[in-house]
Amino acid sequence: MKKVISLKYVIVSLLILIGIWQLLFNISSYSPALFPSPLMALNALIEMITTGVLIKSIATSLGRFAIGYGLSVASAVLIGLILGSLPKVFKYVNPTLQLLRPISPTAWMPFVVLLFGIGDVPAIVIIFIAAFFPVLLATVSAVSRIDKVYYRVSENFGIKQPQLMWKVIFPAAFPQIASAIHLALGSAWIFLVAGEMVGATSGLGYSIIDARNNVRADILLATIFVIGIIGLILDFALGLIEKRILRAWGGSV
Amino acid sequence: MAYIHIENAGKTFVENKREFTALENVNLDIEKGEFICLLGPSGCGKSTLLNAIAGFDLVNKGSIEIEGKKVSAPNTKNVTIFQNYGLLPWRTVQKNVELGIENSRLSRKERKDKAYEYLKLVKLEKFAKSFPRQLSGGMKQRVAIARALCVDPDIIFMDEPFGALDAITRMKLQDDILDICRNQKKTIIFVTHDIEEAVYLADRIVVMTPNPGKIKGVIKVPLHHYRDRTSGDFLQVRDKIFELFNMKADDNIEYSI
Repeated sequence: MKKVISLKYVIVSLLILIGIWQLLFNISSYSPALFPSPLMALNALIEMITTGVLIKSIATSLGRFAIGYGLSVASAVLIGLILGSLPKVFKYVNPTLQLLRPISPTAWMPFVVLLFGIGDVPAIVIIFIAAFFPVLLATVSAVSRIDKVYYRVSENFGIKQPQLMWKVIFPAAFPQIASAIHLALGSAWIFLVAGEMVGATSGLGYSIIDARNNVRADILLATIFVIGIIGLILDFALGLIEKRILRAWGGSV
Repeated sequence: MAYIHIENAGKTFVENKREFTALENVNLDIEKGEFICLLGPSGCGKSTLLNAIAGFDLVNKGSIEIEGKKVSAPNTKNVTIFQNYGLLPWRTVQKNVELGIENSRLSRKERKDKAYEYLKLVKLEKFAKSFPRQLSGGMKQRVAIARALCVDPDIIFMDEPFGALDAITRMKLQDDILDICRNQKKTIIFVTHDIEEAVYLADRIVVMTPNPGKIKGVIKVPLHHYRDRTSGDFLQVRDKIFELFNMKADDNIEYSI
């Protein structure tokens, strides 16, 4: 029942969006080639699906995303667990992190392209940067906030490193780490598009640039729509995995 | 020499460049199998003393020895039970009880059986697969007791273990802990600020006072195992403690016969 109700909201919400779009199309004085209607975008989408261009772009983008996001999260959690357990070392690392963190991942793009050239690497690097800092800092803070009683219990029962890390520290910090990983997914997906627009010749981000160069606004808007849908699906899927792990570890979700 | 021998033990902290004495000149001998209550108001150093004997925060004056060996770190022979239970919320009840024996030489099956046995002892075998958050406070503390007993410790330290429980659950657990401990023949050191709890449980009560934390007196409780909270003997012991805390009015004739 709950699913049906939420589906109702989704449909109405999307219909409103499409309605506004159609309205703007009707009253605008732009040429339809520059500002297409929803129907034209839909036709472009069907064209992209049937020619196989879309699926290829999606596969390329998802591949880069999986590598960049996966590497980023894995290394950020690992380094975060270590730095979180060594507060004195973290004091020396923290200023540098705080300096690097506010730099937009896109600012690194020209530099990354200079180093690695156009291809897969710039997009992967930008995703890596986008997810790395929030997950790292959340992990450090999660570890520093672990209830002291868990350490006492571990000490009492003779649980030492490295067992302490995976038996106590990681599961105790996991809920907070998981929500940071989840949030970082969104920003990583956003920056994937930016990375592919500047540093690649394939993928969804590049499709947008390509469509602009060919003055195919219908394809451009259809691609944007696809990017949104995939972002939504990724978010939903990660949410399911997160819930599953939390439940297996005694959480109340 | 006594089983646990504490000689001139003291602990000072430096806070905001000022020295603060948490514990001063503590002398105490505890025999094997005794049930000792450390009783006193907050700030009297009872938890500090417990943590020092348990090896978590060592004293910086005098010495504490268990079986002739100086206490230097916690170990599995002396298990502490905390007021907020210290259960790991991501583990099931069964897995929490197994925590202390995971590094032992037992096989997976033997560990499971052993943990289950102790869950039965605290009457929680039906909750083996539950998570701590699904249990009441009293049940959680029983899981913690099962986990402590599972490593077969010589000494069990309890730091206000029933402080967060309601009065009725607390009395029930007091009975449980008495039964379990007499049967298992453990040495128990139990911190509380509840006078009746101390009289009900202890063989000897160590009465402590604050500023600085020190022992005001040690009272032997000459009562047998099953104690009646309303008996004259019980009230007499309680009275003696009131006296030590200077809380007894001079003309109090309530209990005289």
